[in-house]
Amino acid sequence: MSLAEDKFLRTEELTLNLGPQHPSTHGVYRAILTLDGEYVKGMENVIGYLHRGMEKLAEARTYTQFIPYPDRLDYASGMLNELGYVQAVEKLMGVEVPERAEYIRIIMAELQRMASHMVMLGSYALDLGGYTPWMYFFRDREKILDLFEMVSGGRMTLNYMRIGGVADDLPPEFLPRLKQFMAEMPASFEEYDNIVTGNEIFIARTKGVGVFKADQALAYGVTGPNLRAAGVDYDLRKAAPYGIYDRFEFDIPVFENGDCFDRFVIRIEEMKQSLRIIEQAIAALPDGPVKAKVPRVIKPPQGEVYHQIEGSKGCLGYYVVSDGSNKPYRLHIHGPSFINVGALPEMCMDLVLQDVIATIASIDFILGEVDR
Amino acid sequence: MDKQIPLDEVIAGLQDKYPEQLAVVEGSLQPAVRVKTEVFLKVMQDLKNEYGLDFLADLTAVDLGDEGFRGITHVMSWRPYRMLRVEVDTPRNQPRIPSLVDLWPAADVQEREAYDMFGIVYDGHPKLTRILLSDNFEGYPLRKDFQVASKR
Repeated sequence: MSLAEDKFLRTEELTLNLGPQHPSTHGVYRAILTLDGEYVKGMENVIGYLHRGMEKLAEARTYTQFIPYPDRLDYASGMLNELGYVQAVEKLMGVEVPERAEYIRIIMAELQRMASHMVMLGSYALDLGGYTPWMYFFRDREKILDLFEMVSGGRMTLNYMRIGGVADDLPPEFLPRLKQFMAEMPASFEEYDNIVTGNEIFIARTKGVGVFKADQALAYGVTGPNLRAAGVDYDLRKAAPYGIYDRFEFDIPVFENGDCFDRFVIRIEEMKQSLRIIEQAIAALPDGPVKAKVPRVIKPPQGEVYHQIEGSKGCLGYYVVSDGSNKPYRLHIHGPSFINVGALPEMCMDLVLQDVIATIASIDFILGEVDR
Repeated sequence: MDKQIPLDEVIAGLQDKYPEQLAVVEGSLQPAVRVKTEVFLKVMQDLKNEYGLDFLADLTAVDLGDEGFRGITHVMSWRPYRMLRVEVDTPRNQPRIPSLVDLWPAADVQEREAYDMFGIVYDGHPKLTRILLSDNFEGYPLRKDFQVASKR
């Protein structure tokens, strides 16, 4: 007779609050877990602690005034958020962006993707109890932030993209520093492998944990690296190239298990592809203006547009409705983190508590984008 | 089902099937149809199952003022890449739209957000409660007639 069947033993479900201040929740995210012993039998997300009403704020700002706001959505990937927004407005207005600006945008977007992945990779190891890897990833991320500081003056809140181009041309010292960074990365990748992906404890904690299969992921609207780790090669840069992504040669890394380990490793592989794209962009970088001639007051014609780009965490969409005035009538932001968090309860079902922590961290959400 | 049907044929097919309840949105930058509430769920089912637009890209709403609210749904297929906007209007005094949760679990959080911000009731949603705002919040902030505290 097992212990649970012993009539003298009483079993009871336990409700446990995870967060909102718990460090492994990456900001102010709270989950109400129903536990049967150590097993999760129910999970409810409690979000909104960081809600600032971005969509409402947009309605009271001009199109240009809103550009710094996307930086504060997913604050680990400001460039990508800005890019999605300005491209949506450009689509609405039919603005042609100068060639040089397009290339600069690609460089910035891919650098930002790498920086965002580095945050995830570093903090993931930290969540599993390894402090050291954090240092390696953040050492490299620092170099990217330095590059951003050169072009925009900011490190995380950049305000660099403009409707019709970018704010400023690259300073002369930018490209040499970028090339130096790129030359240093292969050695870093080796270090990542040695310190994390090859680590026995890390593998034991992540292999086969928090499996989310492709059909589940698609039904829950999960996109980005989390979807590709489950074996689906969907990437908007290939499926519906925006900007000038169709001019570059790169691969979409795909894994098949959809577990925490794959979600971790795929981000390292994506960084390698980002480097490939940046390399091609530097080689082809043309001279010329970095900003199109757009009216001083941005007044898109009446209409609406939904524009989505491949953000660092998945499909980042902007739905802009214009009534012909200088402020958006409605701006909706489709944040991939919000969707991914929505799928978390399903992912964490029947896991043990320690695996829930590993799974939460592995889907890489940023609360600024969840709550908006 | 044939997932290769071009979008204009998809729209034509839907128009044949729902001549009264479905109209193409003219002058839109991106392909869009506007449907009546009573066939909304059926149209979405057809798009998902018959035409292979089986990925819910985005779900939200727009305040149209006196005319009520417009539910905005973007569905897409990845390969080949196609995206269609489906609009459904609902009156201001009693905004109700059928829920898509049965078709796409992804709709769950997005419908809750639209409920939270606009007060649109999604019929059939298993747990339609506020998601970003606190439970005791009064009003629906993305409605145009909502007054923020500083302006009250």
